[in-house]
Order: sequence, then structure tokens, then C-alpha cells
Amino acid sequence: MRGFALAIVLAALGMPGAGALAQEFNLVIRNHKFEPQEIRVPAGKRVSIYVTNEDPTPEEFESTALKVEKVIPAKSKGLVRIGPLAPGRYEFIGDFHADTAKGVVIAE
Amino acid sequence: MFGALVIVFREVIEAGLIIGIVLAATRGISGRGHWVAAGVLLGTLGAGIVALFAEAIANAFEGSGQELLNASVLGAAVVMLMWHTVWMTALVVVVGLAVLREGSEVVLFLYGILAGGASGSSLFVGGTLGLAVGAAFTALTYYGLVSIPARHIFAVTTVLIALLAAGMAAQAVQYLDAAGIINVLSRQLWDSSPWLPQDGIIGRMLHTLIGYTDRPTELQLIAYLATLTAMAALTWLAAPTRARRAPA
Repeated sequence: MRGFALAIVLAALGMPGAGALAQEFNLVIRNHKFEPQEIRVPAGKRVSIYVTNEDPTPEEFESTALKVEKVIPAKSKGLVRIGPLAPGRYEFIGDFHADTAKGVVIAE
Repeated sequence: MFGALVIVFREVIEAGLIIGIVLAATRGISGRGHWVAAGVLLGTLGAGIVALFAEAIANAFEGSGQELLNASVLGAAVVMLMWHTVWMTALVVVVGLAVLREGSEVVLFLYGILAGGASGSSLFVGGTLGLAVGAAFTALTYYGLVSIPARHIFAVTTVLIALLAAGMAAQAVQYLDAAGIINVLSRQLWDSSPWLPQDGIIGRMLHTLIGYTDRPTELQLIAYLATLTAMAALTWLAAPTRARRAPA
């Protein structure tokens, strides 16, 4: 597939090394809810959020405020990279269960 | 059922806007219906495969596989949109890639509610209704475009395709940023979300159509403008060949 071939080329051009520098946070999806529902992160810095989906169903971590759209398959863990953020509140949802899965990132 | 309807509809109109534009842009080219149908079919197949391997893709490249795949799919679509100025068939690939991107989300979502214990039949009804309403919307886009007087339609579809490409390029660089590959120019330029939120229905459609982003980064704006410039240059370069072909 063209997409995969390109992904490999892109990867060869330079794999992320920046992840190691970013501060790490953890988030769990359980019963279609985020835990914790609020994360405080430093403003102006790149931040890595590890999202562990404990549910037997896939979820999509979505936030237009954070410019993130990422599928977290069932019973698995995904890495969401955000920032640098200006101080403020950034809401996110689990798009596949938008009525219950809600949370907010607070940059300060 | 309602959840399935909404999400299927949402993804279908996103792909549908692109299909509607492609159909309008290729009007008068013989056999284009079959090609576009082939693009939709291959895209659907691809969406199933991507959904099936979602976990493997997510875990690839230190957890950036999904972002890289999205960036690659969008990047390939931008290249195809540029190429279409000389080779119309490239638009079929664009259709396939659009269906693949939106479709894989639909498959994952539907699988999710099925696994969550929802009844298969209510899911089927919701999904089918979503697909039907989305398809009707696609038809509306197409007939809206082809109702434009013939001497203007080429100009209109050219501009729409250029904006489509620019928007995709801006999305692609954001995925590269999220993958941790590009870490420059990520400062946010403005926030127009209070007036026109990107996750509202109009914001979503503008996002697909012209690449509207309520909080763009510097790099996104640069990618957007660079792609628009490139599309304008390519259209201008390809113009003489096209003028000769136009009478069809």
C-alpha cells in the first residue's frame, strides 16, 4: 500500500527522538470514561499522554482544541503528543462514546 | 441506533464532499462512473484492512504509526490532486484514499458498539440510514456543482480541488507534528472556535472542503499557502493542454 510505503520513507527520514524529552502523563479509559478527567500539564512544553483503553471496545481520543484525533484500540495503549500549549483549558472527548467520555487538559 | 446513524453520516459526508467534487470535475469523461465506483470499493476494502490492523498500526513506529499512516494517506492525496492537472485518473486515487480514511473510523466505531452489546439489527438500521443520508448529501453536492453554468464549472471545480489539497496538506503536517517528526512552527496563530467551532456541523464541512481549522499552527498555514500556490502554478502550466481537450 502506498500509505505504508510512504510511512516507511518518512520514518527513514528521521524518527522521533523528541518523545524522550517530553513530560509524560497517564490516562485510563474505563467504562467509556476517562480517569482522571482532568490533567494539569506545564504550559509551553511538549507533553506525552499515554492513554490506556481498558474497555473491550475501541475509542477515539479527539480534541480540536489540542488538534488530536487518535484511535485507541480495545485493551491497548496509545501515545498522544500535545503542546506546546498556551495556558488554558483544552477539552477532549472519546468520540465513540461522546456522551460519557469527557475530559480536560489544563495547561498552566 | 441513533449513535450509529450520526457517526456514519458524519464520515460519509466528509468522503462524500470529496466524491461529489471529483464527479463534477470529471463530468464528460467517459467511463468515469466506473472508475469512481472502483475508487470507493477499493477505499472501503482498505478501510476494513486498516480497521482490522488498527492495533498493529497504532503500535508501529514507537506509537506513531497511526499518525504516520494518516499523514501518508493525506500526503498521497495531495500529490494525486496536484497530478490530476495532467492526469485525471489520479482523482480516482483521491476518492479511494478519502473513503479509506473516513471508512476505517466507521468500521472501528461500528465494531465497538457491536462488541459493546448493541443489537446487530439496530446497528445495521442506523448505519444504513447514515449511509443513505450521507449518499443523498453527496448527490446534492454533485448536482449543486453541475448546475453551475458549463463555462464556469471548470473554474469552480479547479478552485475547490486546490482548496481541498491545501486543507489536506495542513492536516498532514499536523499529523507529522503529532507523530513527533516535525517539531517546529507549532505555535497557534489564532483561535476562531468561539465564532465558528471546527467540531460543529458547518465547521466540519468547511474543514473537509477548504481545510478550515479553528486553531491553526504556523506550519499548517505555511503548508496551506504553499499547496495553494503549487496548485495554482500547476493549473496554469497544464492549461494549454486542457484547453485543447475542453470541447468534450
